[in-house]
Amino acid sequence: MTTFLGMPTAPRGVGHLRGDDPFPVAARRSLADAQLRRNLAKATATIRAKRAKVTAELPDWEELRAAGRAIKTRTMAHLDRYLEQLEAEFTSRGGIVHWAADAHEANLIAVDLVRATGATEVVKVKSIVTDEIGLNEALADAGISAIETDLAELIVQLGHDRPSHFLVPAIHRNRAEIRDIFLRQMDGVDPGLTDRPADLAGAARRYLRQKFLTARVGVSGANFAVAETGTLCVVESEGNGRMCLTLPDTLITIMGIEKVIPTWTDLGVFLQLLPRSATGERMNPYTSMWTGVTPGDGPRQVHLILLDNGRTAALADSVGRQALHCIRCSACLNVCPVYERVGGHAYGSVYPGPIGAVLSPMLTGIEDNASLPYASSLCGACYEACPVQIDIPELLVHLRARHVDEARRRWPPGLEAITMSTAAWAMADPARFRSAQSLGRLGRVGRRRGVIGRLPPPLAAWTRARDAPVPPAETFRHWWSRTHGDAHDRP
Amino acid sequence: MRVALFVTCLADTLYPQVGRATVRLLERLGHQVTFPQGQTCCGQMHVNSGYQREALALIRRHVETFADCAAVVVPSGSCTGSIRHQHAMVARRLGDDELASRAEEVARRTFDLSEFLVDVAGVEDVGAYYPHRVTYHPTCHSLRVIGVGDRPLRLLRHVSGIDLVELADAETCCGFGGTFAIKNAEVSTAMLTDKMRHILATKAEVITAGDSSCLMHIGGGLSRLKAGVRTAHIAEILAAQ
Repeated sequence: MTTFLGMPTAPRGVGHLRGDDPFPVAARRSLADAQLRRNLAKATATIRAKRAKVTAELPDWEELRAAGRAIKTRTMAHLDRYLEQLEAEFTSRGGIVHWAADAHEANLIAVDLVRATGATEVVKVKSIVTDEIGLNEALADAGISAIETDLAELIVQLGHDRPSHFLVPAIHRNRAEIRDIFLRQMDGVDPGLTDRPADLAGAARRYLRQKFLTARVGVSGANFAVAETGTLCVVESEGNGRMCLTLPDTLITIMGIEKVIPTWTDLGVFLQLLPRSATGERMNPYTSMWTGVTPGDGPRQVHLILLDNGRTAALADSVGRQALHCIRCSACLNVCPVYERVGGHAYGSVYPGPIGAVLSPMLTGIEDNASLPYASSLCGACYEACPVQIDIPELLVHLRARHVDEARRRWPPGLEAITMSTAAWAMADPARFRSAQSLGRLGRVGRRRGVIGRLPPPLAAWTRARDAPVPPAETFRHWWSRTHGDAHDRP
Repeated sequence: MRVALFVTCLADTLYPQVGRATVRLLERLGHQVTFPQGQTCCGQMHVNSGYQREALALIRRHVETFADCAAVVVPSGSCTGSIRHQHAMVARRLGDDELASRAEEVARRTFDLSEFLVDVAGVEDVGAYYPHRVTYHPTCHSLRVIGVGDRPLRLLRHVSGIDLVELADAETCCGFGGTFAIKNAEVSTAMLTDKMRHILATKAEVITAGDSSCLMHIGGGLSRLKAGVRTAHIAEILAAQ
């Protein structure tokens, strides 16, 4: 049995790791949205095809994946050491490191840092972790506006919407919807704006350029932090990140503690894995790296907030900790047949899709995201695509067991627990199993052939869309005894 | 050779024709088939639903029943996958290392039907005749958990009279997923609908696969729509003459 050390999970009431509804309820809303289904199917199919092409062209792709997994496994085993090394190196090069146990602490630190500059506006690089902790809301409460500068994040922000994908946060929107959002919400937008992608990007560029040139504080996440030199790294496509990281006087980076990697050699592995898995590109257009403060170049004040927010609790689970290996490429989202049909919002957390279904409950504690480990058919497409070989189906099954084991402490047991233990009792013995089969043949009463169109609960959900088979007149084992006899039954 | 059949609880109870076809096929190829009577269920439903402690008794029963068999043949990629990847894992997690090693022994000698035919028996043309238009759905666990690759297709291509047509998006899940089909019935239905759309586009009269569970799901949907397409387990096609 895994031992849990009682590490604190991500606190309630702050950030975006928990949805309002359980997954099946939230999924129902998405399933009914034909435009959303169409947008998602088209976008994920396009990214899937690109990824398949660029991963197939590398002869050592599988070795790279294995290397990625090995580096992450080693890093997690010595996370304390690498984090202290990162802090020492970052500090020795003029940066300032802050440690945040949870979302509340990280938000307080960030708000104080911005306040100290006197700025009332910050420009942001696309960052999932700042959304995890609800930083924009915390800044707004302090009278500070956070401007998202990634095109898709800007669409989401202006549309008062939530991101639904790691990499393509507005994947659920098509260009006509984006034009409408810009016309409604973007200051100074040309009222004759068309829905041509180039025009939409042009409008965003004009809007953002002003923000970049006036901003005094930039806020970012980090894709990687190299412990040996204290270097932070952001990988992006649009160049907005480069602007945020270089133009302001003060740069505040918030990073989950699992993002540290030991060396530059390790970084080389991930810079091959990430773009190919994420956007299906051989290399992403912009890779920014910064090491402390450089006189005469870039921000004068460089901060790093290292965030736990449930990560140590995840690390304490020796099976589950693989979820921390994730490099947020979203390959698992794009290949997931469940994600493709419901989109990111149904998961209720900033971490959607297969990895979100394991990561979110590990960060919050399972009871707060109890429906997520079941939001998968265990088809395994995610594991096959994951650039660091996270065995997501194994983790899902593991979390289901943790969830069931936690429920065992409550009395009385639920209907499912009773059904499952009865079924196991019946099937643990062949004589009892034969009796259960005979009982099942009662299903034949009144309908010797054909199908069953309606089953009682809990199986009623099956027959809402599918017929069920009528039990046959004779089970296999009965046929065997009749035709082959017991003489052949010895192995 | 002497092979033990693990028929699976689903085929035993609801699809005995799959077990009968497997026996007929193996016997026709000259193998001596045994049916160890102690067998019941591999426990996959329990493991996948989080009930590992309940599954442990089923795993122990399975391991004891098949401990002395030289080769175990299973007409299911999914149950083969559970035996291979879950039995030892669950035993170990629940502290029974001895059962875990015995489970690994049994797993090493356990084969999905298509694996057994191609890899162990070394045969691709099993002498079947099946004059129908057929499309094949590679089930997720046969494809991604045990890695059957194109073995089922190689077997099907040798069937005489068959009109084997390719299924679009074949490798996408049909939406079954065990209790997923109940707990997330609506997402499961959306996945099934797309699978059926691709099946109907092939104009096949038969949809085949290596797992009765996925076929129960796909067939249940096709039957509800009165689509006029039937399901057949790959064992039934390979046994047909």
